[in-house]
Amino acid sequence: MTSLAAVRPGDVDVALFVHVLGAMLLVGTLFVVATAILLGWRRSDPEQATALTRFGLRTLIVGVLPAYVVMRIGAQWTESAEDLPKEVEDSAWLGIGYITSDAGAVLILVSLVLAIFGLRRLRTGTGTRLGRAVGVVSLLLLAAYVVAVWAMSAKPT
Amino acid sequence: MVASVGTYDWLLFLHVVSAFALVAALVLFTALVVATRRVDRPSIALLFFRLVRPGSLLVAVGSLLTLVFGVWLAIYLDAYHPWDDWILAAIVLWVIATGAGQRAGVRFGEARALAERLGGSGDDAPSSELRAAIRDRQAVVLHAVTSVSTLVILVLMIWKPGA
Repeated sequence: MTSLAAVRPGDVDVALFVHVLGAMLLVGTLFVVATAILLGWRRSDPEQATALTRFGLRTLIVGVLPAYVVMRIGAQWTESAEDLPKEVEDSAWLGIGYITSDAGAVLILVSLVLAIFGLRRLRTGTGTRLGRAVGVVSLLLLAAYVVAVWAMSAKPT
Repeated sequence: MVASVGTYDWLLFLHVVSAFALVAALVLFTALVVATRRVDRPSIALLFFRLVRPGSLLVAVGSLLTLVFGVWLAIYLDAYHPWDDWILAAIVLWVIATGAGQRAGVRFGEARALAERLGGSGDDAPSSELRAAIRDRQAVVLHAVTSVSTLVILVLMIWKPGA
């Protein structure tokens, strides 16, 4: 596996670059969302809590979804370009990648709906609870993606 | 499952997860640069500057461990050496990214000090001086240098030219 990871055909590199860059941006934007909303959660001043929650929810809409799409396209592209053997396609590490990716998509879509409603409600001074829910989901996604990074890089057998 | 993961795999995971932490911090700083472009009130500026602390912690840990585990990997693997051209290029870019990032942090820190000074006097009125300090062109350029250098390091890590 070490030699397989070290020597890849050149045409896979672009696909892998897109996948890794998308994954890094996905984790980065989720980190921004979670940090902003959790810091907002701790603020006693409602105006400050609202400002941080709004920043986090906007980042989710503008950043997380595009990053996920880039990561997912890169993943599929890499898999098809690598022409992986059957034993790799059935491997645990690839399965973990798919599970976190597909389950993550569902959670991201739920978060997007919550964020859209949350942003609307923040205009009237409510909506921080929806924002907090998004913050918790972002933390769960971050934890899941650390596991995915472990599976993708360490490739446990 | 954990028992079947070897030394190389753990080193690679720690190297990659450190790089993810570094990029996550850069994404946070980029989001803050964009979000604070129109901020001119000290209270709002200080609110956003609170997000800098977790980012600073993450960028320090991430950049240091990325280098440590990267060099460790280059020593551990027979196929690569720390003096390979693409690894040396990555180390040079790491130094450039770190240096530019630190200088950007100092300049944004000056904007934060100004916001604290203005806020400390009890005046939360919009300040053109604060707005100019937050939009400091040199700080933004330095942050861009850090981000682009990190992106090029990622390109080198994927393509490994000459390896």
